[in-house]
Amino acid sequence: MPKDGGIGASTKRREDVRFLSGTGNYTDDINLQNQTYVHFLRSDIAHGRINNIDTSAASAMPGVVRIFTGADFEGVGGIPCGWEITDRFGEKMQEPAHPVLAQGKVRHVGDPICAVVAESLEQARDAAEAIELDIEELPAVVDMKKALEEGAPKVHDDLTSNLCYDWGFVEENKAAVEEAFANAAHVTTLELVNNRLIANPMEPRVAVGDFNRGTGDHTLYTTSQNPHVIRLLMGAFVLGIPEHKLRVVAPDVGGGFGTKIFHYAEEAFCTFAAKAVNRPVKWTSTRSEAFMSDAHGRDHVSTIQLALDADNNFTALRTDTYANMGAYLSTFAPSVPTWLHGTLMAGNYKTPLVYVNVKAVFTNTVPVDAYRGAGRPEATYQLERVVDKAALELGVDPVALRRQNFITEFPYATPVAVEYDTGDYHATMDKLTQVADFAGFEARRAASKAKGKLRGFGVNCYIEACGIAPSNLVGQLGARAGLYESATVRVNATGGLVVMTGSHSHGQGHETAFPQVIADMIGIDASMVEIEHGDTDKAPMGMGTYGSRSLAVGGSAMVRATEKIINKAKKIAAHLMEASEGDIELKDGQFSVAGTDKSVAWGDVTLAAYVPHNYPLEDIEPGLEETAFYDPANFTYPSGAYCCEVEVDPDTGKVTIERFAAADDFGNIVNPMIVSGQVHGGIAQGIGQALLEGAAYDENGQLLTGSYMDYAMPRASDVPFYTVDHSCQTPCTHNPLGVKGCGEAGAIGSPPAVVNAVVDALRSAGKDITHIDMPLSPARVWAAMNNA
Amino acid sequence: MSQVTMTVNGKTATGDVEGRTLLVHFLRDQLQLTGTHVGCDTSQCGACVVHVDGKAVKSCTMLALEAEGASVETIEAQAAADGTLNTVQQAFQDYHGLQCGFCTPGMVMSATALLKENPKPTEAEIRHHLEGNICRCTGYHNIVKSIMAASGQDVSNIAAEVAAE
Repeated sequence: MPKDGGIGASTKRREDVRFLSGTGNYTDDINLQNQTYVHFLRSDIAHGRINNIDTSAASAMPGVVRIFTGADFEGVGGIPCGWEITDRFGEKMQEPAHPVLAQGKVRHVGDPICAVVAESLEQARDAAEAIELDIEELPAVVDMKKALEEGAPKVHDDLTSNLCYDWGFVEENKAAVEEAFANAAHVTTLELVNNRLIANPMEPRVAVGDFNRGTGDHTLYTTSQNPHVIRLLMGAFVLGIPEHKLRVVAPDVGGGFGTKIFHYAEEAFCTFAAKAVNRPVKWTSTRSEAFMSDAHGRDHVSTIQLALDADNNFTALRTDTYANMGAYLSTFAPSVPTWLHGTLMAGNYKTPLVYVNVKAVFTNTVPVDAYRGAGRPEATYQLERVVDKAALELGVDPVALRRQNFITEFPYATPVAVEYDTGDYHATMDKLTQVADFAGFEARRAASKAKGKLRGFGVNCYIEACGIAPSNLVGQLGARAGLYESATVRVNATGGLVVMTGSHSHGQGHETAFPQVIADMIGIDASMVEIEHGDTDKAPMGMGTYGSRSLAVGGSAMVRATEKIINKAKKIAAHLMEASEGDIELKDGQFSVAGTDKSVAWGDVTLAAYVPHNYPLEDIEPGLEETAFYDPANFTYPSGAYCCEVEVDPDTGKVTIERFAAADDFGNIVNPMIVSGQVHGGIAQGIGQALLEGAAYDENGQLLTGSYMDYAMPRASDVPFYTVDHSCQTPCTHNPLGVKGCGEAGAIGSPPAVVNAVVDALRSAGKDITHIDMPLSPARVWAAMNNA
Repeated sequence: MSQVTMTVNGKTATGDVEGRTLLVHFLRDQLQLTGTHVGCDTSQCGACVVHVDGKAVKSCTMLALEAEGASVETIEAQAAADGTLNTVQQAFQDYHGLQCGFCTPGMVMSATALLKENPKPTEAEIRHHLEGNICRCTGYHNIVKSIMAASGQDVSNIAAEVAAE
């Protein structure tokens, strides 16, 4: 292993030094010469018709450069959607227009109406207050089922209804599933809500647009997980700027969790306005704006049914889900409740028949899209809650019921179209049994009881799918993009390397982990490798970071490019040593001729590539730089088992997490320290969903949770130390690193464990409770206890 | 506009500010000390914590003019002149107490203030002290561990890590 850490080393993160010393470069730290500031005047009602906008007084306010309205964007493209779903009947989904600034109507609280560009942010805000709006308030739809009723107010007047699509999967299995239910020995039914969440990366979104009148080049600095995707969507579909005239830079980004994948109106506005006012235009979201303009997550209402035979084998599963799209289709919104959700409904189980129905609904709320896990947490939560409820109804041990139905042979083709390559669900459950100390639970329950607390024990499994792929398949499923990743590996004359990756790091530690891989491949120190990401002018076209894909897809592209480098370097080494290329071996940064003591160092070869005096110029070009694009053959399938122990205060209903343990199978692992950190963060977000977080609207579409005063983010005192284990490793069979991805598992696996534990705690006090909807606030738990 | 003068990281800093200008914006926009971050607008998140006359303060809760004559210390002054991280900073790197880095300056400044008052805090005391600092990445596990380690406590017995590596 390289002395500063190759694959498998918990190398300390090099990027930490700048973050810890205040020298990071986040988008809000970027200020351009002669910059202006924009403030968006947003709708404070959920639904209304714009009769008139009078900006005359505001335009005369001090410092105002220009005020834009929807009229300025007539003839300009709208914000596009990147995924088109075909419904049960072969029809395309309903896809409404999404203007950069509202045209005709406002459709959710936070919908931008006007943009005031001024010399200072304060002047822009002051002027916005002087704009006179004449907006006729219309009845709003918030509840999904009411939105689908005959005569419900329509979010989009030009659509036939508020139904985006009615998706069935696998439609051909529907009749067989119904027959299996008719023949079942037992059927468990559960209705549940997957609560609406707001991702809340700590860095609010920022966009700085710039235009060079001399060259005609546009630049956008933005808080994005995928700058190339923004360049393509905004350039091609909104503003009509070709890629070679548009540079998108996402520098240090302060967390994403999905909500910084999407292309937002503010990015298009700043790019457009920079040209219109001929000065840079900067927008910095306030947290209050983030609550009403960042895409939200989850918000599913489901009924799930599990059919079992007389021996408690799962025979069929069906679910009906209503999925909230909000007022417009955010970039990947239609894919989340469908292909990222329905395809995971088999879970860890060999249920032979599955049918998933999803109705996606428009409402007068902020658009909903992918949030950490995106579809897989919704699938896992339904499945792992219904299995626990079935165990209760049947009076069997929930872990034993799961084990009985585990998939045990791989590869395994599920009835929902995907093929799991590897996994060992008994192994992760065995590991969990040990690290969570199942055996000691009864003693801990007794100790809690002695303190007057109810202790509960919850276990669940999960399977997820990362590195969504391959491109030709997802294209058939409606994706309007490829899902490959790219890397250019540039070797310098003196032997150092720069990797330009299309994936983006916003907390995941690429700058440390990616060099560990290359250091291992070549046998040099990781400190000789630098990672560049986040600038479309540097990296080749890439798809960015989401769906836990960076190492599995982006890392694989880097491996392929490095293999090309090594192959060429061996040719050069063979020439230098006057040997046959087939005899050249690379180890510890030295090229040697097999069976001899001849060798040349890595640095000798790289120097020869750039100073090609003694060089096979007739056979190969000088230089040492290679690019690879990697399109995965399949998803990867991380899996695991989670255990939560809670205490419930019977007097107040307050739940505290006493212990939390995770046993994950991520395949091979490059940096265990980083992997543990990813799981910790995911678990905290899952605990947040289960106990604390919930975006709430009133019946008129007012957002009730619009700040950290009323949206409960997990704090340090809400969570315990976690026990995380990733020693069970069944490597992925179809990528060169054998890695599966670890970014979302914690958030996918943890909510059902928490809810299972709380239900168990309440039942231990004799309460006949089988389910409480998240978040399990003290009020909800207390009400459940006292009504039951 | 009014003139304000304060000592920031040991140097005199003077600027013209509006009455409504917050200390955090004076630091970021006029002094270009962009290590101090703004993560919310309700004084909840703590990304903007600095030290004012030795006490941890959310610099979004204080007007720049209120800091007239005060001594302000920010994240930029925590490492040695040659860039060597101080004990708290180094512990955050050693124990992976940060991911995206955005809340980190506030966390480091809050942790430093805690350790000044309470050199050997318990896990519960650390978690309580961080009530006003939100992190969305780490789940707090490694932040709490980093602060315990920075205080010289043995963190090898945190059960969670025994199984992990």
